[in-house]
Amino acid sequence: MKTETTNTSTRRKLVIAVTGLNAIDSPGPGVAVLRAIRECPDFDVRIIGLSYEPLEPGIYMHDLVDKAYQIPYPPAGTENLLHRLKYIHEQEKIDLIIPNFDAELFSFIKLSDDLNNMGIHTFLPDLGQFEARHKTMLFKFGKKHKFLIPEDRLIHQISDLTKAADELDYPLVIKGKYYDAIIVNSKDDAQKAFLQLQAKWGLPIIAQQFIKGTEINIAILGDGKGNAISIIPMRKLFITDKGKAWAGITIEESSFIDLAHQFITATKWRGGCELEVMQTNDGKAYIMEVNPRFPAWIYLTAAAGQNQPATLVKMALGEKVEPFKDYVAGKMFIRYSWDMIVEVGEFQKISGMGEL
Amino acid sequence: MRFKRNIATSEAGFIFNPASGDSFSSNPIGSEILTQLKEDKSRQEIIEVIASRYDVEKNQFERDLEDFMSQLRDYNLLDEN
Amino acid sequence: MEKLKYERPIIKKLNTGFSNKFGSQLKNEVVTHLEGVGVKELIRQYGSPLFVISEKQIRRNYQHAVRVFKTRYPKIQFAWSYKTNYLNAVCKIFHQEGSWAEVVSGFEYEKALGNGVPGNKIIFNGPDKTDEQLVKAARNNSLIHIDHFDELYSLIKLSEEFQLKPRVAIRVNMDTGIYPKWDRFGFNYENGQAWNAITRIINCENLNLVGLHCHIGTFMLETGAYAIAAVKLCDLLRNIKEKHNKTIQYLDMGGGFPSSNTLKGSYLPGVDTVPTIDQFADAITGAILDFGFRQDELPLLILETGRALIDDAGFLLGTVLANKRLSDGRRSTILDFGVNTLFTSFWYDFKISPAQDGGQYTEETVLYGPLCMNIDIISENITLPLLQKGDHLVVHRVGAYNMTQWMQFITLRPNVVLLDQEGHSHLIRKAETLDYIESAEQIPAYLKKDTPS
Repeated sequence: MKTETTNTSTRRKLVIAVTGLNAIDSPGPGVAVLRAIRECPDFDVRIIGLSYEPLEPGIYMHDLVDKAYQIPYPPAGTENLLHRLKYIHEQEKIDLIIPNFDAELFSFIKLSDDLNNMGIHTFLPDLGQFEARHKTMLFKFGKKHKFLIPEDRLIHQISDLTKAADELDYPLVIKGKYYDAIIVNSKDDAQKAFLQLQAKWGLPIIAQQFIKGTEINIAILGDGKGNAISIIPMRKLFITDKGKAWAGITIEESSFIDLAHQFITATKWRGGCELEVMQTNDGKAYIMEVNPRFPAWIYLTAAAGQNQPATLVKMALGEKVEPFKDYVAGKMFIRYSWDMIVEVGEFQKISGMGEL
Repeated sequence: MRFKRNIATSEAGFIFNPASGDSFSSNPIGSEILTQLKEDKSRQEIIEVIASRYDVEKNQFERDLEDFMSQLRDYNLLDEN
Repeated sequence: MEKLKYERPIIKKLNTGFSNKFGSQLKNEVVTHLEGVGVKELIRQYGSPLFVISEKQIRRNYQHAVRVFKTRYPKIQFAWSYKTNYLNAVCKIFHQEGSWAEVVSGFEYEKALGNGVPGNKIIFNGPDKTDEQLVKAARNNSLIHIDHFDELYSLIKLSEEFQLKPRVAIRVNMDTGIYPKWDRFGFNYENGQAWNAITRIINCENLNLVGLHCHIGTFMLETGAYAIAAVKLCDLLRNIKEKHNKTIQYLDMGGGFPSSNTLKGSYLPGVDTVPTIDQFADAITGAILDFGFRQDELPLLILETGRALIDDAGFLLGTVLANKRLSDGRRSTILDFGVNTLFTSFWYDFKISPAQDGGQYTEETVLYGPLCMNIDIISENITLPLLQKGDHLVVHRVGAYNMTQWMQFITLRPNVVLLDQEGHSHLIRKAETLDYIESAEQIPAYLKKDTPS
């Protein structure tokens, strides 16, 4: 890849804002994203952390995050979010925002023109792309583009579960509209899961056919024109009780690369995304879910030779980027936790004043 | 009933209760009242001071102070004696 | 010495959990004026609570909707949905703009006539039409939308008996992929009921089938459902042409477009997620235009949009009666309007603005109405500046379904004023009085004797 900015003396100064700083046991991707960006020799970055909760660990990682600001939760609406971002922009002159939460993406996509007018770049899918891969639409999406997707039913009332179970058979995966999935083996469990997820995320609930196999995740960076700039498949080596990867390893397998290319060609996806794939024993690859942003393990892409977050930065700023060709198979990550020591004053400051 | 001795207040309006580990924030007038409580001012004295400094009817402030004190009690920031 | 501006003292626990939902960074928009008219002044003049309707906003909404549809489709007619807001002043604005009337009861039908709407521009919907009303509507050449077979057979009988030739349409219900399916109204498309009704009407000499009607739901967020509905109606229309050689003049797609209110329980606010009228227009006109009609075959497209045209033209002004601390420490505020006045609070989380500057500090509050009932809650949790007794609030987007569904419970319904296009206020419905409420009451003679002292 050739870029004009490799000379260290002219390292580009950039201010980049990142969300998803909740590097906890079920981590958001923010800290991994900014770590990858920081390691790119092409820029000299100031990182602004955007947080929702005062306990997001990234806020306190002062060697990674230069300054953190609280932003309002998505239910407060785009008007409030824009109002807050304007204030932050006045202080920081942000060049680029990289949102990392599913639940906030709608708002950021909606605001991308306003942000662009303020001089803040983003590199996000459009609303059509974003909605088409939503859990409630995925099966339809798969049918249209000839992808294997586990069959599902949208459940609006608890009595519909029985019909879904008759048609799809147990075990079933009962999924919330935004997050959470529970595997159930009986009617009782299914109903319990339904009520639990309904209380948390509202209706509808998704009942999905259970697919047994090996879980592969693929981190992809699309250019918005149908080209995949980077594709890194990873196999989870061990999974936490929350279903998150504890450890994983990059693998080299052309069928996954092909699947990722097909996905990008079909969607013209713009930005980072993750395909959660289940490979059955007879070799079929089902797309279980499409996450519309970088995964939490995204730093592994940098370690394997295709720094997706840093490349996204370049693309967002309008640089022409050639697709990566090689990566290292067999790079592993093992996730660990670390107790940071924090002064209560810092917590009070971010919590009470919304800045740190 | 008085404000617990060991509670730390900061100029920015933050309050820290070392006994429970809880943190609080208050608005400037709230901080001012806390300072006076720490100085063992009586409720009547506080009402006089605030009413002379701020544009407020005494009986309005009396109600608001009662509400503020009930919150301090709820948050376990007062000594019950 | 000048005294400092007072603000109630507050103390907040800094949360380590997930409850600091909106933080202190919310834009706290103070609404002191509605179209240049002071909220305080309006309340001083007309009392509190007070409904305020903006004529300018109504006309803006209507003209915008017409423009959006007309630029996509050649033949468009709107019919004002009376049930949404049938204050005569409001109806007359819509009729001035060119809207027909869409009514769902004899009461509304009479109101439309009273507002000077010609009989042939009244659409008569709904499952409840008496024989007298049907005859009257037929004589007035109104468009009678038949809801069920019993009504169809009544109308056949009446038209023979009184030698009438009513113009009719049927309401069709169908699966448009949305939940819930509104299959309780009209005739079902999928099981052939609608086609049976059509055949029955066409075989009846006295009835003149001129249109097809559907109304697939309310507060619809799925524009695609309208496209599916339009295709199904087009399919019926074409079959009628082919099998009976009869031309149907119009398709009435009903109402159901949402306002930008936020439904309770939704994650994102309505202003961000509700589709625009352009998107609905794209779905509906796109489906009809793509169906393959010749240009001269295209039916008139009727829309009965209500909520989307009036909700944001209505405001409710109110006053804080008291502040209270609940036993669990939450703050609560009692207002002078409750669910009796603001009926739509049962399904919306309203945008509510303070009408005076309240400083930068905010507090989470439960908003209660003044009724003696536990269900009288306007908002379970809203972040507002520190309110004092006597402060005013402005509730936004209340123009639809409140001034028709409000309840007279233990108190009287308030004044409604219209702000005209020059910003002058006009009383368009007087606050009720005890005499007004009791005027319909009668006391049996034996109860009239004075109570013994």
